[in-house]
Amino acid sequence: MVKSKVISILQVSPLIIIFIFFFIAPLILTVTVSFWDYSDYALIPDFTFRNYHEIFEDCMIDLPDLCVTFKTYLSTLKFCIIVWILTLVIGFTIAYFLRFEVKTMTVQIVLFLLCTIPFWTSNVIRMISWIPLLGRNGLVNNFLLNIGLINQPLEWLLYSDFSVILSFVYLYTLFMIVPIFNSMLRIDESLLEAAYDSGASGFQTLVNVIIPLCKPGIAIGSIFVITIIMGDFITIGVMGGQQIASVGKIIHVEMQYLQFPAAAANAVILLVVVLLIIYVLTKIVDIRKEL
Amino acid sequence: MNHTGECKLINLSKYYGGNVALKKIDLTIPAGQYCCLVGPSGCGKTSTLRMIAGHEVVSDGEIIIDNLLMNNLGPAERPTAMMFQDYALFPHLNCLDNVAFSLKMRGMKKKERHEQARSLLELVHMEGYVKRFPNQLSGGQQQRIALARALVTNPSVLLLDEPLSALDPFLRIRMRDELKRLQQELKMTFVHVTHSQEEAMALADIVVVMNLGLIEQVDIPPKVYNHPATEFVARFIGGHNIFASKAVSNKNNNCTLHGTGQCQYLLPTKINELGSQIVFSVRSDKINLSPMKNKFGLNEIPCLVRSVEYQGAWTKIVLDAEDAEELIVTLSEDDFNANPIKIGESITASWNKLDVIHF
Repeated sequence: MVKSKVISILQVSPLIIIFIFFFIAPLILTVTVSFWDYSDYALIPDFTFRNYHEIFEDCMIDLPDLCVTFKTYLSTLKFCIIVWILTLVIGFTIAYFLRFEVKTMTVQIVLFLLCTIPFWTSNVIRMISWIPLLGRNGLVNNFLLNIGLINQPLEWLLYSDFSVILSFVYLYTLFMIVPIFNSMLRIDESLLEAAYDSGASGFQTLVNVIIPLCKPGIAIGSIFVITIIMGDFITIGVMGGQQIASVGKIIHVEMQYLQFPAAAANAVILLVVVLLIIYVLTKIVDIRKEL
Repeated sequence: MNHTGECKLINLSKYYGGNVALKKIDLTIPAGQYCCLVGPSGCGKTSTLRMIAGHEVVSDGEIIIDNLLMNNLGPAERPTAMMFQDYALFPHLNCLDNVAFSLKMRGMKKKERHEQARSLLELVHMEGYVKRFPNQLSGGQQQRIALARALVTNPSVLLLDEPLSALDPFLRIRMRDELKRLQQELKMTFVHVTHSQEEAMALADIVVVMNLGLIEQVDIPPKVYNHPATEFVARFIGGHNIFASKAVSNKNNNCTLHGTGQCQYLLPTKINELGSQIVFSVRSDKINLSPMKNKFGLNEIPCLVRSVEYQGAWTKIVLDAEDAEELIVTLSEDDFNANPIKIGESITASWNKLDVIHF
């Protein structure tokens, strides 16, 4: 019946409108602008490959030396992988503890809420609050100096790779904990008992039963963490003392110089890279089981 | 080592905090027998099973299998294997890997353990389902895989925790036959926990009726049904009517009992404590119904028909009687059709003194 079709369309339309305005349209706009030309003071609607050309300029010729684009991507990927491993290990451990070691549900909920308390403040404040802690005159250095462990303040605590990774892990471990915890909730206790009955040690149970059943949760958490880090420029910027390059930073800088077509082209490339990573992840693990 | 599968529970107790789940029970399950632990919820049957398996710590007492003390051994070190109530099949492994799991945990090579797993799948007639995953199997098929997984370690005692509860009635009966057939084929000791007395009677070589942490009776099914040891067993097994009345006088090794009203009963044994309350039972199918009388002799009582339930080959009639909570009489279809009974009718119930069971 026509009427029911109209009603169905009306019911879906709010979501579709939001989707179009806030996702599809900006995406199309970005891709379009990435093919525009620009001069020092104006955007020139055009269809040119200039921006993509400039991104990969000399990239092939310079090999084995890396061009700027490759170097930046590599640097960002490096952070991505290190942070991914750390958040995975820490997140899995915490989720495991919450699920299997905590006996009552009340304590489980309370501890879970405790983990989310940091999110009650802004991301930026959570990040820059590390500075008074790690700085040359910060709490950590003063403490170590006072107990005599070191003679001079440690320079590498702040504005370094270390502080960037620390910040990322602190900010985003919860994104690993939640999906993995969710996966673990679906693991019945009787499965663990059956494994124990079959002669599996604690470690064997972990490797043969728990981890395989957590794969969807791990994949979802990984997607969260990887996507966020690949596009980040604030955390890397602030915690790296504006000395460390990132793909997001390139886009940000180009936008500041009003070189929107170049920024758009970089954004498109970044999108493609992240989509590739996610595609590979979903091929390894079937996420639909979780949804 | 002689693996026969004889289980001995000596003075076994289990406490959960202040709660006593099992009170010093003694039980010997002979090797190669199908033993059913049966009783209502909270009677301690599951605790007993899990302690034999090693999944629960013994609070007091000893568990001895094949003359070896099991108390300090973990589940994998005991000659037992457990089949869980919800089967607990690993959803991420196919049937073959599920069955081969314990062999993998022991470090057996893939080819060898797959071979052994295959032979077990053949035993339970699931050899065609090697590549399937548990969520692609029906309830009965899942149970067979769970069974194969438990049997792959070649245990002496197989422990089953309410294995048929999750199945629908028709499947339940079919799987019951399979379990019995398997047990007889393997000559393995099966310890099967259930809350259904019908299941226990059908399957078991030995029935262990439990209540509130104690064993009420251990016997072969016919003895449990015909000679229930206690009032609880009579009530639980079903098909019995419980009467209570006072012992008045003895004569010729029979005791006359007086009920609250006019009814009098004859017990085929002597009672020494005259004046005491006596509890006895009569089987539902041993009671005869006849038209209402004016005068009633011993073991003859007046009753009122409350309901008539058609059950196919027999009919269940529920009556009100003075000294029993509820009188249930079962009549065969022919008997019922010969003298049909209507609700609200007053009727005489009578039985032979030899059908009276005294506890």
